[in-house]
Amino acid sequence: MKVIVCIKQVPDTEAKIKIAPHGRAIDDAEINYIINPYEEYAIEEGLRTKESLGEGEVILISVGPERASTALRSGLAMGADRAIHINDPLIDENDPLLVATLLSKAIQQEGYHLILCGVQGVGTDHYQVGPILAELLGIPHVGVVTKLQISPDKAVAHREIEGVSEVIETPLPALFTTQKGLNEPRYPSLKGIMMAKKKPLTVLDCQQLGVSEEEVNKLKGKAPIIKLELPPMRPKGTVVEGEPSETVKQLIEWLQRETGIL
Amino acid sequence: MPQGVLVFAEQREGIVKKASLEATSEGCRIANQLGEELSVLLIGSSIKHLPPKLFPYGAHKVYLADHSMLEQYSSEGYSEISYKLITERDPAIVLFPATAMGRDIAPRLAARLKVGLASDCTVLRLNEEKRLECQRPVYSGKAFALVQLTSTPQMATLRPNVFSAEELKEPPQGEVIELSVELKPENIRAKVVDLIKPEQEVPDLTEAIVIVSGGRGMKSGESFELLEALASTLQGAVGASRAAVDAGWVDHQIQVGQTGKVVSPQLYIACGISGAIQHLAGMSSSKFIIAINKDPEAPIFKAADFGIVGDLFKVLPCLTEALQKLSKA
Ligand SMILES: Cc1cc2nc3c(=O)[nH]c(=O)nc-3n(C[C@H](O)[C@H](O)[C@H](O)COP(=O)(O)OP(=O)(O)OC[C@H]3O[C@@H](n4cnc5c(N)ncnc54)[C@H](O)[C@@H]3O)c2cc1C
Repeated sequence: MKVIVCIKQVPDTEAKIKIAPHGRAIDDAEINYIINPYEEYAIEEGLRTKESLGEGEVILISVGPERASTALRSGLAMGADRAIHINDPLIDENDPLLVATLLSKAIQQEGYHLILCGVQGVGTDHYQVGPILAELLGIPHVGVVTKLQISPDKAVAHREIEGVSEVIETPLPALFTTQKGLNEPRYPSLKGIMMAKKKPLTVLDCQQLGVSEEEVNKLKGKAPIIKLELPPMRPKGTVVEGEPSETVKQLIEWLQRETGIL
Repeated sequence: MPQGVLVFAEQREGIVKKASLEATSEGCRIANQLGEELSVLLIGSSIKHLPPKLFPYGAHKVYLADHSMLEQYSSEGYSEISYKLITERDPAIVLFPATAMGRDIAPRLAARLKVGLASDCTVLRLNEEKRLECQRPVYSGKAFALVQLTSTPQMATLRPNVFSAEELKEPPQGEVIELSVELKPENIRAKVVDLIKPEQEVPDLTEAIVIVSGGRGMKSGESFELLEALASTLQGAVGASRAAVDAGWVDHQIQVGQTGKVVSPQLYIACGISGAIQHLAGMSSSKFIIAINKDPEAPIFKAADFGIVGDLFKVLPCLTEALQKLSKA
């Protein structure tokens, strides 16, 4: 079974956000980048699938600048077999339609049975690339998956929705977006880290994927950020300390005065 | 020329979800500013009784796709119906609630239509050219992005509990248009075969008006009863931090934050929660935030409108009792 795992490298969730001078993106000079946490579940699930079926290949694909290769190497250290890095100055890695289109080209070139993506890319939080990719490839997808059973030709997935879980059965090939709860991602072993350095990592640009500059420009920027701002400061709140009976009284007065909730 | 606003309204088990009424209401406000019509798409099985529920929110037309194959949501079946309607009716704007369903179907449609999509928006407005501009929180709520939709139809999903659902005083005389559904079994490959309801009903946090959340400071699953008691006096729901979920005290369905639910209640009460950025990511768009924490330096106090420095095991019973007295009075 050929398992494709799409991963994005994202700013560490702890990162302090500064806005770039042009006001349309973050200033990432001091930002530490990590593998999108949701995609750690995807990599883990890919590896477990291969292990439980006793055969297969796990291929990582990432669209991103030079630095994204670090994320791919980390995924290889977890145990993936090889990686594809789509890197081209034409690309905006935060543009879901463009990214999904490039992924779809690379995946079609590769061939696939199973595709795993995180439910969202932390930071931009579009929740889009997985379903778009499935649509472009013309395959079914199941989003927000917390349990997955893969057999050679079909899959059963638990999908988390408001208050309930849907159990969904689908033939393969299919795409799944992974959510916390699916598994506990492993840490790369020292041996894994050593081996990762020797595993194949192919770099492809748009042209090699058969996508012309004109096509890229047509695909990108359909929902551009025209302004990025820091959130307005919340006015400084009231903080009280003392006997519970007294602080609770103050809280209730505040609730009545300020919120109209009671 | 594309015209009008179309809202994809979600129903489950014959009930139109609150987030869909909010999207309908917002669609109505936008349609009014454009001087154009609002229509709503409803998909399901045995749902002929539902359209009248949408007219009060400003729907001029309700398109109804009612078919036994549509009883359960499927991204393929539902997007097939929606795609057909959108290409036939050519709306300028299509809105979805950012619920599990809306978030699932909107990108598939955007891909098929080759258009942009703004996800999980908290503010919509029209610019001078009457094009949609959408504000959405990014980077765990540490920044707000203003997104312009440059393709048509302009598509956006709307974060639940942020937009108000208002019944109009003089609603339009609504019209129901039944769509003919031509689906073959092979059109729906990924199928719902079962629904698992948790033993205890888990409230839908994204719709709750009040949320009382507990963190590691709760010290055990049992003490969540303190939160249940407070929540029930306020007709609210109970949420949790990841630390409380990872400790196995509560179900992960009620986790709030980056890897949990994103919620926007009127009132969020954080008890024994330190206020890590990943937790704030899930609740910072709440209208009012109250924190109860024994550590005066806890970062949650920076996010809170009202904070009590104190032991939650003393403060919570006292607060619940005082509120109960108040509601009896
Ligand atoms: C990628 C990633 C994603 C994450 N996603 C989420 C997420 O979705 N949601 C989430 O919540 N976290 C998430 N986290 C974890 C987050 O970083 C914090 O670890 C977590 O929120 C801490 O939970 P807490 O506040 O309950 O626990 P702690 O940080 O341990 O805080 C406990 C608080 O309780 C207070 N306390 C203790 N006893 C009492 C008492 N008797 N009375 C009053 N106060 C008391 C303490 O003073 C302390 O402030 C994520 C982390 C990462 C790296």
